[in-house]
Amino acid sequence: MSQKFKRQPVKMVPAPSYGILPERDVTSRPVLETRNLGIDFGGLRAVEDFNLVIGKTEIAGLIGPNGAGKTTVFNLLTKVYQPTMGTVLINGRDTAGMTTVQANKLGIARTFQNIRLFGNMSVEDNVRIGLHNQIGYSTASGILRLPSFWKGERDQHERALELLSIFDMQDLSNHQAGSLPYGAQRRLEIVRALATNPSLLLLDEPAAGMNPHETEELMENIAKIRDKFKIAILLIEHDMNLVMGICEGICVLNYGRIIAKGTAEEIQNNPVVIEAYLGKQKEG
Amino acid sequence: MMKYKKPSRNFITYAGVILVFLLCELALSGAVPFFKMTRSLKGQLVPICVYIVMAVSLNLTVGISGELSLGHAGFMSVGAFSGILVSQYLLFAFPDANLEVLRLILALVAGGLFAGIAGVLIGIPVLRLRGDYLAIVTLAFGEIIRNLINCIYFSVDGRDLNFAFLNPNLPGKLLINGPMGATGIKKLATFEVGFLLVMFTLIVVLNLINSRSGRAIMAIRDNRIAAESVGINVTKYRMLAFVISAALAGMAGALYGLNFSQIQAVKFKFDTSILVLVFVVLGGIGNIRGSVIAATVLTVLPEMLRQFGDYRMLIYAIVLILVMLASNNPMIKSMLSSIIDVFKRNPDKEGKDA
Repeated sequence: MSQKFKRQPVKMVPAPSYGILPERDVTSRPVLETRNLGIDFGGLRAVEDFNLVIGKTEIAGLIGPNGAGKTTVFNLLTKVYQPTMGTVLINGRDTAGMTTVQANKLGIARTFQNIRLFGNMSVEDNVRIGLHNQIGYSTASGILRLPSFWKGERDQHERALELLSIFDMQDLSNHQAGSLPYGAQRRLEIVRALATNPSLLLLDEPAAGMNPHETEELMENIAKIRDKFKIAILLIEHDMNLVMGICEGICVLNYGRIIAKGTAEEIQNNPVVIEAYLGKQKEG
Repeated sequence: MMKYKKPSRNFITYAGVILVFLLCELALSGAVPFFKMTRSLKGQLVPICVYIVMAVSLNLTVGISGELSLGHAGFMSVGAFSGILVSQYLLFAFPDANLEVLRLILALVAGGLFAGIAGVLIGIPVLRLRGDYLAIVTLAFGEIIRNLINCIYFSVDGRDLNFAFLNPNLPGKLLINGPMGATGIKKLATFEVGFLLVMFTLIVVLNLINSRSGRAIMAIRDNRIAAESVGINVTKYRMLAFVISAALAGMAGALYGLNFSQIQAVKFKFDTSILVLVFVVLGGIGNIRGSVIAATVLTVLPEMLRQFGDYRMLIYAIVLILVMLASNNPMIKSMLSSIIDVFKRNPDKEGKDA
C-alpha cells in the first residue's frame, strides 16, 4: 500500500460516552446507534470503529475532509453496503442483513450527494413515489380502478402537496422534476425522503450548489422540519456556516475514523480537527 | 388548494381505437359505397389487433420498465400453443356442445395464464441482469421456448389429454405435433374479439401506468438506487411489469394462433420479437399511443406496397429509416409540437405522453 494510505496513529479526543450531546433525550431510546461499525473494500478499510448515537429530534453533523468516508457511512446506515464489522441499530432494532428497502421501512430516509430524482416525472409524482409505502392500494385495484384507488390517489395528492408546501413548492407540482433549478431539486429530494415518514433523515450535502441566501433558507427549513416532524437529522456538509449554525452535535471523520465528537464550539477549538483540515504546523 | 385532476388523459387513445374500429366495421359491412375493404386488408385485421397488443405489452417492458427484452415472441408462442391446445381439446372432447365463445375465451385466458407462468419462470433468472445482458438472455430464452415447443406432442383420445416429449406415437388425434405444429385448427378469432383484446390491453397497461404500481415501476427505471432508498421493492415491481407484459403477449398469441388453420413454432422466431420491437421504437419508447399507431401502420404497409412487386421490402425499409430520421430530427420535432400547441388550450408541455 502506498505511503499516502498508511493511517497515522490518531490521538482520540475523549468523546461523550452516550450520544453526541449526552444531555439530550438520554431517557428515551436513541433513533440511531452504531457499534464499532466498519467496512473493508478488498484490502482497504474505508470506515472502522464508527460509534455514534443520535437521540430523537437531534440535528447532528458529520464532517471531514474529502475522502474521509462520510458518504460511505451513509451507505452503511442505509444498507447500500453491508457492513463487514459492527452493527447498526435503528430505533433499537438491529439491521444486520437488511436491505435498503427494509431499512427505509424501519425509519431511515436519505438524500444523495449527486441528486437522484426521477427526472422524467412530475414533482408531485416524485413525492408520491416517496409516499409509496405510506398511502397504498393494491396493483389490482389500480388496474380495475376500484374505490380504494381513487381514495388512495386523492390522499396521496393531498399529502404530496402538504409536504411540498414545507418548501413552498406546491406551485411547482406539475413541473418536470429534472427541469427544476438545482436548489429546488435538492429541496425536492428532501421532501421525497420526508414522504417515507422517517424517524431519521440523512442529508448528504444538502447545501451543495446553493448560494448563501438559499443556504440560510435551508438552515431554517431543516430546523423547521425537525420541529414539525419530530425527527432526528444527520447531515454531511462542507459549508461550515451551516454545520456550525444548526448542528447540535458534530462528529468529525478522517481516514474512516472518528477523530472528534462534540458541540460546534468544542469542534472548532479541537487541535486534532484543525490538524485534519489544515495540516500540522511545522515545528521550530 | 389546487383541484385534483383525475387521470383521464388516455381518453384520446381509447377514443381513437374505438373510432377506427367503428370505421372498419362500417367498411366491412359494405353499406357505404366507395368505402370498402380489399380482401387482403380484411385478412390483416386480426393480425393488426395481435400486433397492437404485442407492441403495447412489449412497451410495458421496454418503455415503462426499461428492460430491453428480445424474447417477446417466445411468450407469444407459449400463449398461441396453450390457447390452441385448450380450444382444440374442448372441440374434440366435447364435440356435441356448441361452445365457440366459451372456447375462445378459455383459449385467451389459458394463453395469458401460461405465458404469465413462463414470464415468472424466465423472469426469476433474467431479472437478476440488467441492460445488454438482459437483452441477450431474453433473446436466448425466446429461442429456447421455440425449440421446446418443437419437441412437444399433445393428443386427445376421447376425453384424455396425452402429452409426450420427443415422441409422436400418441393415441388418438394429435393436436400439437412437434415441429409440424398445430394443424386443423378451428378458426375462432374474429376482428371484434381482436378489438376487445386491444381495449383490454390498453386499459390494463394505461391504468397500471397511472397508478401507484406504475409509478414504482417507472421510478425503478429512472433511478434504481433512489427507488430503493424510498422503500420500493425493486424485484417485485420489475417482476410485475415483466409478467403482465408476458401474459398480455400470451393472449395476443392465443388470438393469433386461432386465426390460422395451422401454425408452427417457426412462426415465432427471433424476427417476430424484433418486428414488435421496431413497432415500439418507432412509436416512441414509453409511448403507448405511438405503439398502437406504429403497429397498425407497419402491419398494413407491406400490403399497401404490393404494387411495387419485388421492391416491396426495400421500400418498407426506406420508409422505416425515413420515419426514424424524421422523428429524431429536432426541427421536425419542434414543428410538430408547435402544431400540437396550436390545438391545445393550455401550453404546458410536461412530457405527459400516455
